[in-house]
Amino acid sequence: MIKLLYFALLRERVGVPEESLSLPPDVKDVGTLLAWLREQSPNHAAALCDPNMVRVAVNQDYAALTDPVRAGDEVALFPPVTGG
Amino acid sequence: MAAEAKPGNSKRSGPEIRVQAEDFDPGQELQRLTQDDTGIGAVVSFVGLVRDFADQKSDSSMTLEHYPGMTERQIMAIAEQAWQRWPLNGCLVVHRHGRLLPGDRIVLVIAASPHRKAAFEACEFLIDWLKTKAPFWKLEQSGAMREWVESRGSDDDAAARWNK
Repeated sequence: MIKLLYFALLRERVGVPEESLSLPPDVKDVGTLLAWLREQSPNHAAALCDPNMVRVAVNQDYAALTDPVRAGDEVALFPPVTGG
Repeated sequence: MAAEAKPGNSKRSGPEIRVQAEDFDPGQELQRLTQDDTGIGAVVSFVGLVRDFADQKSDSSMTLEHYPGMTERQIMAIAEQAWQRWPLNGCLVVHRHGRLLPGDRIVLVIAASPHRKAAFEACEFLIDWLKTKAPFWKLEQSGAMREWVESRGSDDDAAARWNK
């Protein structure tokens, strides 16, 4: 299982703030995780359709598409940040 | 999460950061950061405020959502970088979250150093990187209007120039 967190506009589009999912064996990194998530529901697809609007953090550090994702990880998906 | 102690008369061993819903008092924070260290010759502070985006409409507000845990971690990482890069005696970042109104304070950055150049540079470095790395999202609301603020490329450019 991995824990997924969604924030801001992505949270509203997916419809839940977090969920725990079991990953299929072929999902090994951030890129394959995003592709798999888009197939989970029309809401997921709408939230994640534009790669430029999605940032990913694995265990609270920014992650690239090639970074690994493993069972037990906390993976957060959110739009580009606008603090300060 | 303090950095290693520095030589000299610096009383503080590393930066201090806080993420909170409550307001802060910039004068009080500045006084507290500088009062016990006479090695400080310059202190630069930055205060970010909620600008009225809806042209004086009385019901406009801004809500800051954040990612608890990662927010503190990212701000501390940026503050530690500033601490390594400039000779700082004190460094403080306070960032608020939750619902704020026009004129409210959002963020405070203070950098204290023996000399002004380091204090100015460190303060600007901190706010530039904070805007591009700290996981906060602004939601603007006014009447029927409800909009997530989009990130700006100019903020990325401002942060990137520190890599030169």
